[in-house]
Amino acid sequence: MKRAGFTTTWLPILLLVPQLLIIAVFFYWPAVHALQSSFYLQDPFGFGSTYVGLENYTDLAQSSEYLKITRFTVVFTLLVTFFSLALALLLAVKADTVIRGARTYRTLLMWVYAVAPPVAGFIGLLMFNQSWGPLTDIARAIGWDFKLGVNFNDTATAMVIVSVWKQVPVNFIFFLSGLQSIPKSVREAALIDNRSASGRFWDVTFPLLAPTGFFLLIINITYALFDTFGIIDTLVKGEPGNNPMTLVYKVYVDGFRGNDLGGSSAQSVVLMVLVLALTVFQFRLVERRIHYT
Amino acid sequence: MAQVSLNNIRKIYANGYEAVTPTSFDIADGEFVVLVGPSGCGKSTLLRMVAGLEDITEGVLSINDRQVNHVDPADRDIAMVFQNYALYPHMTVRKNIGYGLKNRKIPADMIESKVQEAAKMLNLTDYLDRKPSQLSGGQRQRVAMGRAVVRDPALFLFDEPLSNLDAKLRHQMRIEIKALQRRLGVTSIYVTHDQVEAMTMADRIIVLNEGRIEQIGTPAEIYHAPASTFVASFMGAPPMNLIDARLADGQIMINGNTALAPAQGTGAITLGIRPEDVEIHDDAPIHFHVDIVEELGAHRLLHGQLADQDFTIHVGKDVAATPGATRIAIKPDCCCLFDPETGKAL
Repeated sequence: MKRAGFTTTWLPILLLVPQLLIIAVFFYWPAVHALQSSFYLQDPFGFGSTYVGLENYTDLAQSSEYLKITRFTVVFTLLVTFFSLALALLLAVKADTVIRGARTYRTLLMWVYAVAPPVAGFIGLLMFNQSWGPLTDIARAIGWDFKLGVNFNDTATAMVIVSVWKQVPVNFIFFLSGLQSIPKSVREAALIDNRSASGRFWDVTFPLLAPTGFFLLIINITYALFDTFGIIDTLVKGEPGNNPMTLVYKVYVDGFRGNDLGGSSAQSVVLMVLVLALTVFQFRLVERRIHYT
Repeated sequence: MAQVSLNNIRKIYANGYEAVTPTSFDIADGEFVVLVGPSGCGKSTLLRMVAGLEDITEGVLSINDRQVNHVDPADRDIAMVFQNYALYPHMTVRKNIGYGLKNRKIPADMIESKVQEAAKMLNLTDYLDRKPSQLSGGQRQRVAMGRAVVRDPALFLFDEPLSNLDAKLRHQMRIEIKALQRRLGVTSIYVTHDQVEAMTMADRIIVLNEGRIEQIGTPAEIYHAPASTFVASFMGAPPMNLIDARLADGQIMINGNTALAPAQGTGAITLGIRPEDVEIHDDAPIHFHVDIVEELGAHRLLHGQLADQDFTIHVGKDVAATPGATRIAIKPDCCCLFDPETGKAL
């Protein structure tokens, strides 16, 4: 097959410039800046900075609080990713078989997608309100004295629930379109070959959804790590002290509340390395096992 | 091996559209039946109802005297070959062929030997470890066949299995499928819109139109004695010539006073004549004007006017033909008469 190409070199460069400019201004420049300031100790009032070498990093490594937050972030990410994907897949499989009023169901299920994370967090605040939140009432009905913002585990539970609720519609849309792109006749052939519906799902449907699932896995891990900031900020607003927080939220708290720009920069660099490692790992290991048609 | 019996099978979709009007026919053990008709005639719906992929709105479907209306497709002892092959893209050829056996609790070594046997029969032995995406169209078609054959079912269902292949391959697979069916002796229902496939493969043809059966018969019956003008024009390429005529004085008359052939009765009729049932003679009784000569190598098609109506004649390559006026005669006993109102054979 002949590949279409440019005859001049300057045109593709010109076309790439806006994109490169945006990446440079909003990613590379801040990243370099963060890397640089992670080696300095900044004066909280902006009167200059002192070079401290790797001290910000060694502080992090020795901080038991940082270790605790890291552990929480890992658990939080795993829970949010797993439940977002599993619930969305379940809903998509069920919605796919609905014939009457399918459009209405699907629209209702996708609706939450349009809600911004801080708004989702705010709705979460209302739902878990100490005195009249409906979800607090439900928890109380089963003997669980739910205290958002006071009890560490209760706050963490609310964070996970709101984050999952916010992410399910995105996954749902992708899973549903993934399901609908599986040829009808392939499913019918399976219907003749295998009488068990769950057998058909795991043998035929699930492997054919794997490319979608892999893509969503990356999207969801990134979401749980970074994009939940708005939800967490709303849910623990003003009381970050004893409440659970993720690594990204800690960057914000230390940098902008604690005015420790150096330490906060060091945390950002750690996060960058983490994301880089995660991405390489996922593409190298997971993608190889997945069938793409 | 199985007899299949359809008793007043009817299909009405949720939107009220009646895809298949009440339809009955029986298929004998080992018979190869072809359902043929234009798109939207209900042939695929009928096949899918037999497979269990569509619900049967009314009527009784039996396979080997067992009513199967509400039996799961996997439990009907059928195998189906789909138009686009419907192979599992993530499985190797071996797994594709063996998948139906694996789910029927057959031991692994037995599956392997059956898969090997089917692969040998279909020349797929070298491709067992490939994925469907690494195969050509003809090979995929064979895998789909293998998946059906390996199960040793009571009934084969084919849903336009050759329509995605090029002409040469289609011709070859047509013969292979027919030979395979003969050898295995499995009762088969084959759906196609291609009348050549229907004629060449069928023991019996069922011609469908608008959800109704137009005619059931052997290929020869369908071809030589079509039950309606629809069948006459659908089966055969080029189709049967259909012209307006009338019966008078024991003759078929066209254009007022030209007698074509003897026939009893009176009144207007539609006359059907196969293009090859006409001879060209200089002293023949009927005037024919040739407009276009279509050269097809082994034979020629002469398109022209007979009594101001379109008419096509099929002649052998040894008959010289040029555009212009000529004279023709109709071979004896080659006229089909139809009611001009209903289109039914008289």
